[in-house]
Order: sequence, then C-alpha cells, then structure tokens
Amino acid sequence: MPVILSTDLIVYFVVSAALYFGLSARNDGRAREVWFEIRKNKLALASMCVLCLYGAAAMADSIRFRDALVDEKGAPVVSSDGAVLYSPQPLSLLDRALPGMRGNSEKTYSAPFSDRLFVKETMETPDGRVVRDYPLLKHPHDHALGTDRIGADILFTALKGVRTAIVIGTGATVVIIPFAIFFGVIAGYFGGFADDAVQYVYTTLASIPGVLLIVSFMLLFGSRGYQGGVVAAKDAVLAVFVPNDRLFWLCLILGITSWTDLCRLIRGETLKLREMDYVQASLAFGSSRMRVIYTHIVPNLMHLVLITFVLQFSGLVLAESVLSYIGIGVGPQTASWGNMINASRLELSREPVVWWNLLGAFVFMFALVLPANVFGDAVRDALDPRLRNR
Amino acid sequence: MLTYVIRRILYAIPIVIGVNVLTALLFFYVNTPDDMARKILGEKNVTPEAVANWKAEHGYNLPSFINAKESGAKVLTETVFFQKSIPLLWLDFGRSDRNNIDIGTEIKSRIWPSLAVSVPMFMAGLIVEVFFAMMLAYYRGTYLDVWGMVMSVVMMSVSTLFYIIGGQFLLGKALRIFPISGYDTGVYSLKFLILPVIIGVIGGAGAGVRFYRTVFLEEMGKDYIRTARAKGLPEGKVLFKHALKNAMIPVLTNVVVSIPFLFYGSLIMETFFSIPGLGNFTIDAIQSQDFAIVRSMVYLGSILYIVGLILTDISYTLVDPRVRLK
Amino acid sequence: MQKFLFMAMKSPQAEGFLKRPVFTAFLTLFAAFFILAPVGCSPNNPYRSTDKGKDIFYTTFNEPPKHLDPARSYSSDEYDIIALIYEPPLQYHYLKRPYTVIPLTAEKLPTPAYYAKTGARLPQDAPPEKVEKAVYEIKLKKGILYEPHPAFAKRQDGAPSYSSVSDATLEGISEARDFPLKGTRELTADDYIYQIKRLADPQLESPIFSIIERYVLGLTEYSQALKDDLDAVRKKRKETAGPSYNRDTDEKENPIILDYGRHELPGVEKVDAYTYKIILKTKYPQFIYWLTLPFFSPMPIEADLFYKQAALMKKNITLDRFPVGTGPYRMGVFRPNMEMVLAKNENFHEEFYPSEGEPEDEKAGLLRDAGKRLPFMERLVFKLEKEAIPRWNKFLQGYYDNSGLTSDSFDQAITFGAAGKAELTEFMKDKGIRLLTAVRPATYYSGFNMLDDAVGGGGAKRQKLRQAISIALDFEEYIEIFNNGRGIPAMSVVPSGIFGYDGGAINPYVYTLDTGRKRPVRRTIEYAKRLLTEAGYPEGRDSNGAPLIVTFDNPWTGADTAPVINWYIKRFKLLGIQLENRTTDYNRFQEKMRKGNFQFFSWGWNADYPDPENFLFLLASANGKVKFGGENVSNYTNPDYDRLFRQMENMDNGAERLRIIKEMIAMIQKDSPWVWGYHPVVFGLFHQWVENVKFNPMANNAVKYLRLNAGARSLLRGAWNGPVVWPVFALIAALAVITLPVVISVRKRAARKRNG
Repeated sequence: MPVILSTDLIVYFVVSAALYFGLSARNDGRAREVWFEIRKNKLALASMCVLCLYGAAAMADSIRFRDALVDEKGAPVVSSDGAVLYSPQPLSLLDRALPGMRGNSEKTYSAPFSDRLFVKETMETPDGRVVRDYPLLKHPHDHALGTDRIGADILFTALKGVRTAIVIGTGATVVIIPFAIFFGVIAGYFGGFADDAVQYVYTTLASIPGVLLIVSFMLLFGSRGYQGGVVAAKDAVLAVFVPNDRLFWLCLILGITSWTDLCRLIRGETLKLREMDYVQASLAFGSSRMRVIYTHIVPNLMHLVLITFVLQFSGLVLAESVLSYIGIGVGPQTASWGNMINASRLELSREPVVWWNLLGAFVFMFALVLPANVFGDAVRDALDPRLRNR
Repeated sequence: MLTYVIRRILYAIPIVIGVNVLTALLFFYVNTPDDMARKILGEKNVTPEAVANWKAEHGYNLPSFINAKESGAKVLTETVFFQKSIPLLWLDFGRSDRNNIDIGTEIKSRIWPSLAVSVPMFMAGLIVEVFFAMMLAYYRGTYLDVWGMVMSVVMMSVSTLFYIIGGQFLLGKALRIFPISGYDTGVYSLKFLILPVIIGVIGGAGAGVRFYRTVFLEEMGKDYIRTARAKGLPEGKVLFKHALKNAMIPVLTNVVVSIPFLFYGSLIMETFFSIPGLGNFTIDAIQSQDFAIVRSMVYLGSILYIVGLILTDISYTLVDPRVRLK
Repeated sequence: MQKFLFMAMKSPQAEGFLKRPVFTAFLTLFAAFFILAPVGCSPNNPYRSTDKGKDIFYTTFNEPPKHLDPARSYSSDEYDIIALIYEPPLQYHYLKRPYTVIPLTAEKLPTPAYYAKTGARLPQDAPPEKVEKAVYEIKLKKGILYEPHPAFAKRQDGAPSYSSVSDATLEGISEARDFPLKGTRELTADDYIYQIKRLADPQLESPIFSIIERYVLGLTEYSQALKDDLDAVRKKRKETAGPSYNRDTDEKENPIILDYGRHELPGVEKVDAYTYKIILKTKYPQFIYWLTLPFFSPMPIEADLFYKQAALMKKNITLDRFPVGTGPYRMGVFRPNMEMVLAKNENFHEEFYPSEGEPEDEKAGLLRDAGKRLPFMERLVFKLEKEAIPRWNKFLQGYYDNSGLTSDSFDQAITFGAAGKAELTEFMKDKGIRLLTAVRPATYYSGFNMLDDAVGGGGAKRQKLRQAISIALDFEEYIEIFNNGRGIPAMSVVPSGIFGYDGGAINPYVYTLDTGRKRPVRRTIEYAKRLLTEAGYPEGRDSNGAPLIVTFDNPWTGADTAPVINWYIKRFKLLGIQLENRTTDYNRFQEKMRKGNFQFFSWGWNADYPDPENFLFLLASANGKVKFGGENVSNYTNPDYDRLFRQMENMDNGAERLRIIKEMIAMIQKDSPWVWGYHPVVFGLFHQWVENVKFNPMANNAVKYLRLNAGARSLLRGAWNGPVVWPVFALIAALAVITLPVVISVRKRAARKRNG
C-alpha cells in the first residue's frame, strides 16, 4: 500500500524534470549546447555526479509503502469486514535497503566503529560486585558514524536527512515557480495597472523580514501537519496521499519569502522580450496575446528560472539548519541535518566531546552544498554567457 | 531632487499600510487572543475568568476588524486592528503583551548593542571582502585566483552555525583568548565584540569576495579600461585608478542597502553571544510569543527595508548622473 | 560622496598595503593585539578589572524576568531575585529538614484561630467541615525600614518629592536608582494589607488570585467591585473621547489608579500599626506556606503611586521592574537583557545566621557563621546566559560561582562511585568544586486521557492496558539516558521530601520487590505483554487484528526533544503498540488538553508548597481539566478517591492522614491514570570559595546565607585562565610560509606576461 506525501510529489517532479532535460539534450539544439558547455568543466561534471547520488538517495527515500500485517504464521491479517490490514508505519525504499542501520540501535551514544557505549553504566558483575564501566554494544563496530543520544545510527539519520535537504532546496523554488512566472509575465507584458499591482505585492512581501514571516506562517499551518512516523487515518486522503505535510508548508513559505527576486527578473526580461521583433511580428500576423506569451515569451524565460533554481538551492539547504535552530524548521521526527546540528550544540559541551553527530551533519551538508554551488555556477555560465566570470 | 525624494516616500506609504494589514492578519489568526492569554498566564491555575480578564486588560476582547455592536466610526475603531495596528503607522509601538513594557523605549535602548556588533562586522567585512576581491581580480586567471574562488565557494558552503559553534569552541574555550559570550556597556564591550566580529567576517567572506570580484572584473572588461591599457598604463594603475573608481557604484549601493539592516541586528549572532540587541529581543519575543513585540519588529523591519530601497535609488542618482530621475 | 570614497581608497596607505606581500598587514594587526593584551592576566575575563577581588557573587539567569512585582511574579527564576528584596511575614528555615517555616518579619508563627458558624472558638483539631472562619493574626517586628528609595523621598512640607514627575525631571534617569533624592520609612501592617488588596486588582492579573479567592473571605466580591470601578472609568473615558479613542495610548498617558479604600475587604483587618489579621473562609493549614511566598510581602502605597506616573511608565520604570522592599538586598543595576545587580540594602534589619540545623550540618561547617549578621556578600551579579554551553564553560573558568548541571556536561562533572553514589570527577575535584544534590518537590509524568474510549475508562481490561504501558515505559532507562541518573523513578504522585512519601513502598503493578537487595525491580516486558493480552490486545493487535494506535500529544517542538519522542515510540513498539506522535506548539497542546482531545500526553508539576495535598489534588475529579478547567489533566474520576481527598485535604499531618494518603495512592496505582514518571533530582555545583552552601529548594532567599572568599577566587581565576596564543602565531606563520612563495611566483609570472 503506497503512501505519497505532498513533498514526494516535489521530489518526483524534480527528478523527472532532470531526466527530461538529460534526455532532451540529445536532440534539442539549445540544451545540447548547454550540455557541451557544462561538460567542458570537469569540476562541474564531478559535482553533477555527486548531486545525482544525492538525488537518487532522496528519490529512494520518497517511494514508500506500508506492508500488509502478518500474524505469527506469516499469513496476512484480515479484518472482520474482509479488508487487508496494513501497518501504519510506511517504509521507504531507503529504509528497506538498509534494515541493519535502521534497526541496530544502541541504548545511547557510541563513538564511530566503537564496540562499547560512550557512557558509563552501573553494572553488576556475576560475583555481585557493582562496577561502573562502559557496556558492550549490541552491534559492535557497526556504526560508521557512531550513534546518537537514543542510540540511533547517525549514518542512517544523515542519509534520511538527504531527502529533507533536497526537498527544501528544490521544493521552495518549485512550489513558487508557477506564481513567479505568472505574475512576472503579467506585470512585464501588460504593464500599467497589472504591473503596479504585482510590484506592490512583491515589494510588500519582500519588506516583511523573512524570518518573522516564516515564524508566523509555520505557527499557523506547519504545526498541524504530518511530521513523519505513523500515518494516521485522518492525515491520509484515500489512505494513500498525505497532503498536509509540515515539510510542504516549510517549502511554501520559504518560496514565498524568496520568490520576489525571480519575479522581478522575469518581469524585466518580459519587458525586453515584448519589444523584440519576432514578438511584434507574431502579433502583427494576428496571433493572440495569450498565444504569444505561451509560445514566445515563457520559453525564453526558462533559462532564468533554471538559473534561479540552481543558485537558490544551496542557500535554502543552509537556511533549513538555521530555522531548525529557532524551532520552526522541520519537525523533531523528521531527520534533518539542521536537527543534527542543533543536537550537537549541546554535545560539544560534553566532556569528552561527542563530535560525530556534528561531523555527520557537516560532511553530508558540505558534500551537497559545495557541488551545488559549483554546478550552479556552471549552469549559469552555460545558460547565460553574458554572466560568465561572475 | 527634493521632489523625487518626496515622491519616493509617498510611494512607500501604501506599502507600509499593506505590511500593517498583512501582519495584523497573520498575527490575529495565527494566535487568537485566547491562545495568547493562556500562553502568557502560564501553566498553573489558568481559569476562564483569568483569560477573560487578561483579554479585557490588554484590549484583546474586541472583534478583530469590524465591531458590529458599535455604531458610526466606532464600527471600525473599536476593533483590535484599529487599537493595536494603526498606531504602528506613526511608530507608536504600545506596550508588550507579556510584561507591559513600553516597546518603543526598549527598542531605543537595544539599538546600540545591535549597532556595536553589526557596524564593525559590516565595516571589517567590507574591507576584507573588497581587499581580497581586488587581489583576485588583479591576479585573475592565475592559480591564486582559481584557488581563491574555490576557497570562497568552500566557505560559502558551510552553515553559519558551524562558524559560530567552532569559533566559540576554538577561540573561547580551547585557547581562552576571548570571553565566550556576554556584553558590557561602553568601552568595556570591546572585548566581547571581537569574537562575534571575527566570526561574522569569516562567515560572510566567501559570498562577499565572489560578489565584489565579479563587480571588479565586469568593470575591467569595459572599453575604457582597454583604452587605458593600450595607452601603456601599468596594470596596477589601471585597476586601482580607473576600474576601482567606477566599480565603487555597485559597491556603494550594496553598502547603502545594508545600512538600515545594521540597526536590526542579527538574530543568530546575538543569541549565541548574549548581546542585548534587537535580534535577541525578537527571538525572545518569538519564543515567549509576545506578539505585540513581534508585530512591532516586523513593522520596524519593513520600514527599514523601505528606507533602504529609497536610499538606494537616491544613491544611484547621486553617484551616476546618467540615471534619470523618473 | 563619490569623491570622498575615492580619496580614501587612493590614500598612500591603501596603495602600499596592496602592493606589499599580502599578510604583512594582518601580521602586524594580530601582533599588536597580542602584545597589547597583557599576557598573564586573562583576556577572557568577562568582568571589569575594577571589580577584581571584590565581594561579589556571580551567577546567571537564562531569560529576562517577566515580572518582579510580587503580586504577579510566579516563577522560580523571578523568585531568586525578588525573595531577596521583598520580605513576606514568614520564611523557610535554611538548614532544618523537613522544611520548617519560621518567622521573617513576623514576631512569631501565627496560629490560626478557628470559629464555628455560631462564632464560638473551636479547638485546633476541629474537623474542617465545622470551621466557618479561620483567623491568622500576624504581629510584625518593629523598626524594620525600607530600602532607600525615591518613592519615600519627601519635601519640606511632608509631601512626596516625586509625586508628579514630568519628562523634564526624568532627563538622564533610566532606572529607579538614578533619582537623586531618596527616603525610607518603617514597615507597617498597612503595607501587608495593601498587597493583599492588590492581589484582587484586575489590572494586575495576579496568577494566584483564582486560588486565593477560594480561601480569603470576601476577596471575590472585592475584586468584582474593583473591576466594576475600572470598567466605569474606561467607559467614561471612551465616551468622552469619541470614535478615535485609542485605549492603549490613553492609558499610557493617563494611567488608571484604582482606589482600594473605596470598598471593604472583610478578609483582612488591621489591629494596630504592627498587627493585622487574615480571615479565611475554611480551615486551610497549608495557608502558612502561602505566607512564605512573595505574594504576601508588604507593598508600600507610596511605591505603588510613585510608579503609576505616565512619565515613569513611558521610560519603563515600573514596579514590575524596580522592586521596593525591606530585604537584605535592593535592586542596583537593572538591565534585564544583560545583567541585574543586587546591592546590599543599607537599611536591612537585624537578621542572624541560624545556629541550629540538621545533625550533620555542624560537621559540614554550615554552622561556623552561626549568629553572625546577614547578609554576607556585598553585591550579587546575575548575568544573562541563554546558551548552556557558554554558561558551563564560564563556570569552569571560574567566572560564575555556581552552576546547575545539564545532562551534557554531566560526564565531565560526575562519576558514580562503587555504590552508585554520585561523585565529582577527578577533574572537578581538582578544581575544588563541590556537589550538592536534592530531590525537587516535583513530578514529571505521562498520563492517559481517562475520558478516551480506547485507553481511558475504568474496568479491569483498561487498567491492565495502562499498567502494561506503564511497565513498558522504563523510566529507569529514561533517567539514565536523558538525565544521567538525576531522578527517582516515581511510584506515585507524591515525591520524596513530602509528607506521605514512603521510600520503601513500591508500585506493585509495575515493580516487584527484590527482597534480597531491598529494591524495586521493574516487571518484565513479557509480563506486560501478558497483561496486554488479558486487556484484549495480544501483540498489540485488537480483536480485528489491527494494531492499536495511541496518539501522543506533547508540546516539544525543540530539536533537543526529538530523541525523547523517539524513545517513547521505541518503548511502545516493544508491546506492539504504535505511538502516533503529535507534537504541536504549546497553545495547541493546551487547547487539546482543555478539550480532552488526546489519548496520551506528558507533563510535569512543580509543588507550590511542601504538602501532599498539592500533589494528590492533581487527580481529584473536582479539578478535572475538561469539565472544570483544573489541573487534573487526565480527567481521572474515582468517587472513593475524591471522598478520601476531601477528608485528607485540610487535615493536619499525623498518622490518620498518612493512612488515608496510603489508601489513596493504592487506588491510583491500580487505576494507573498516569505513568508515574520520575521526580527530578537537582545537582548543583559550587566553587570552593563559596561557603555555607546547602540546597533548599523551598527557600527562595538562600543566597543571603552564602559567604564568599573573594581573594581565593581571584587567585584561582588567574591560574585557570592563561591564554594560549601560540597556535594563533603558528597559524599565521604557517599561512605566511604557504602563501608567500605563491604570491611571489604569481607576481613574477604576471610581470613576465605583461612585459612579454
């Protein structure tokens, strides 16, 4: 029984869009040019591979389904009215691929590859003496990045954080792109009152400090959303789709606070395109204005959208950690690097220091943001030669 | 010029009103007065009478936007929106919900610590960024440039939280060179400011160097620079005498835009270093859900943003006479 | 503007700077800093050098106090401050255990006089239902003076100097201490009466009004009368002003001052200048504890009127921020977003260090100062520290004199000795740090909603379900993981240190007694599963085979709490029960509790006073959250329990009361409306230079007994805080060594390129 969250749709969309671009690069002239441009840059190519790995992990963690319940004999459990019963806990492909990491939890902290717990415990020796020592782990040498406070494997938590990061990094822009294009084009193309109205809206929104807007928005919508874990019947539509996902609200509000730049860019570009000869010609030949917008203007804005998309990505991933620090980021049950950094603040003041949680978050985040920045630069250079060298 | 400035300010008025309405909408629907009262009255012994009394005391017992019970103008004025949000328009912030302090007075006293951190941080950051950007531009295309760019991308890819936690740990705890956090008044504040300023400068350097380098390179690609080079001027002179002068325009506008926000302080920096500025004030208010303060700070932030916009436009016209006064 | 900037950049300095090897300038800068910073004295010292070696106590607070007005303040952080300034008639004895109430400003402990309906005096052991009136007569010590304060400053003609302050007089004044003129006067019974009337003032929203009105005679009516007065004033103002009237703005300019004298409050009576009576509607022996709380401290009417001036309020100089009291300290500097400094009160009356305590106090040196005049320390500095890490590190560096203990710094500080007894680590012992522990009179529990169809309700099946869950939630493990053992697993609602607690008793539904070792052993998961089967949920599945899903409500939105939630989920899973977490913000959480829209939740309770009634009432049906908005969040109802509760409520401690309490505890243990959770144990750390330290969670004013050895402190601080600068130099040198050749080669190449 599959379970689809609203944020899963974002991941599906991004992955399929990336695949589409990849495939169309074979025959489409422009896309091919861009591809050649990127291919020249070895660093960007390597970055792209890393990003693909992350994307694959996020994708694997976004395909989830619930298992049918089985009784002791292995036969499926059927309720009195004949329906097959499913476990309320959905598991993603990633969860299923790594059953060891997911299940092998310890009692509390343990260092990477250690065979003992990091915290001393009072134990009784067989001869009845009470000693205080580090107990053996249940799964010694198994945790490549150690375990956290309740003994969960940090490598696994960090891997689960990939999806959160990708969703926020891409989702915020994806959610808001249609609006930005719609309003930007209207303002730029029609001018006059429409232009004034759109400019008014985005200046007003932009002038409210972003963090505060996010805070109030998340208090309003976010706190009632699904935050991971068990899927309750009331959350799911048709037992499959979960529309009210806290992460989705976070994407939406991050989009709202960052769409003004894109909207402004699109408006400016549309203003320019409107005066182009071929657009004027098309109008003269009797094409309707809607058609002109659809066939001539919007396609020529796509490079701006793509550039904004890749450039905003890393900033949004970093923003998540800060928001989680203020307590309005993802929920506590969603694995995220921001939550990991947060936990590690206290761990750093322990003596001896628990450093592996911070390290895990740092490595995973850095290994995503750095390639994203490099790749973003490359994409921009390829798409918009005027901007090269920036 | 004066009429231009006045016109820009007049344009700002509808935006200010829009912000006002929007924040009121957000806040009164996010948190109904009942929620506020319960949160503020605490966990113990909160009776319905106490909640009703709190609402009456703080003027939240009125309808949000329209008071159908009254007649005439009072239909609009006897509402929470009119009583609480409209005075913001003339910067009358009122009193906080939680402990009745005068918000305006509090903001005034907190601006100085915010500025004490943000101004040195901004200035030092600017100097460091421009300096390195010029260096990279000067040595463009060499290994120094390539590695400099790689370094700035690397530095951009690290979360601010890492810089702060790492800085406090290293310089404050391990090496014991600076106090880990805290603040004092007057000159005594100096020793508390060095660490946040260093961390702030390092944290912002990556993005800043990249930005200014682009600005300089763009300027150096222009025709008049080529002419200067063709004249046989040494590269250093070309860069510092001609390119720099003209590159000052984007640098300057970037500076001007940032000025209003210096007053606003930095949320994260101030909490981590216990600096009693406006950022800290805002975080406190968010955490204790004192919406009178949050509302005021949202509004103040918007005003500063709008001031920044106006200043940018004006500085454009001052610096570059080609920009028309529209 | 353009020209100016250009000039600056062109200055010879800038040009030279850029042409020279890159890091020279930075080297000079850093070198200058470290040469100027006097090596040997600690550059990380957060205090001014002028305060070195002074008798100042340094400690912290983690958020700015919301209220310092004794009628409004209701949090332990705020009590740490105001209990040193305001003096209620009674206080707790610093050393004696169990907690003992002794007089503070009163001459002796008041004994209540009970009267029947007929007016006849009843004996002390009169049954509660017969008592119609309980009268507490409190006689004050004479000659107690208020701290020097502008509110008492008088002109020649006897009128107060600052009765109508204008904005002009306030030039340069931002705190109460900035006023040039100050005065004082003697403490009288009127001040105490005035404060009790303030508790009823609707403008002050006193948090205990709703409790106190149940006891003090006529307080409800008095409050209503004041409210009517207030409404009348407001209505009149609104009508005269017209539609543009803005209440907030107007009341800022013209604060409303209610006249408390207009109405009669029968619950208080003035006998003479130094004696007053409080009259209660019922027998309420616990009232003696209320008289130790700041709510019942004196409030001079002068101070109240002084602060109710618009000009002062506009500058945020209010009673809520600048207290006026008779206590050992007075508010010195008040910058709540940075620091608060309490200075010794010059006018403090005679009070002496106690000369008796528990038997071991003598040996611990706690009686060395017996009979000496209090307080000892000159100044108390409270610094704002929001983040745990800096606070802990500064404590270790010697810059704070005491510290609590977060679980993350725990391993650094504490080891457990062979007998499982908490001890300091060698590292801490070397620093001479001392450890104090005490069980806090509080309980952190998880509970079921007894109104819920699935987990609530009576009947053996439901009881077994709840008992099974209680066993599965292994709070020994919880305490170990999240509190480093700083807690006592709770057997019932009554914590240790409270009458009715029995250290030997166990909760038989969750534990068995290991008779050999004389300690409780948690029942096994297998046993819990058997219970669950009997409850109709074999393997956590209902009769249909569907898994039992329990929703878990909590307000833990912080990221630090994620592990706690996951722990609950993990423990429930052992029984096959799915826990559906529903974290919401605090408001939603409360709303759900209020509406009874939840199954399982987690909360805590801090005692107001050390009496079992303050805990057992949490399960009395008259306090049901859904029905009555009370504190019985589980909505537990049990008529037998209620009957016993009413009987026990107003009884004096004794064998009979103990018997009833035990019976009540047995009932709730069987019904298991709560998973009893744990009682927190507080660990406090003090540096060696602080003396007379004994933990007393009930006494808020314990600081006045502390003494400080400031000389030893400055020596040790110096020794602990030498800066380590060589890594900085090493780093700079390394950078220079790496960069210089690069720069030189690049320059050469560039030059070649230009020339060629």
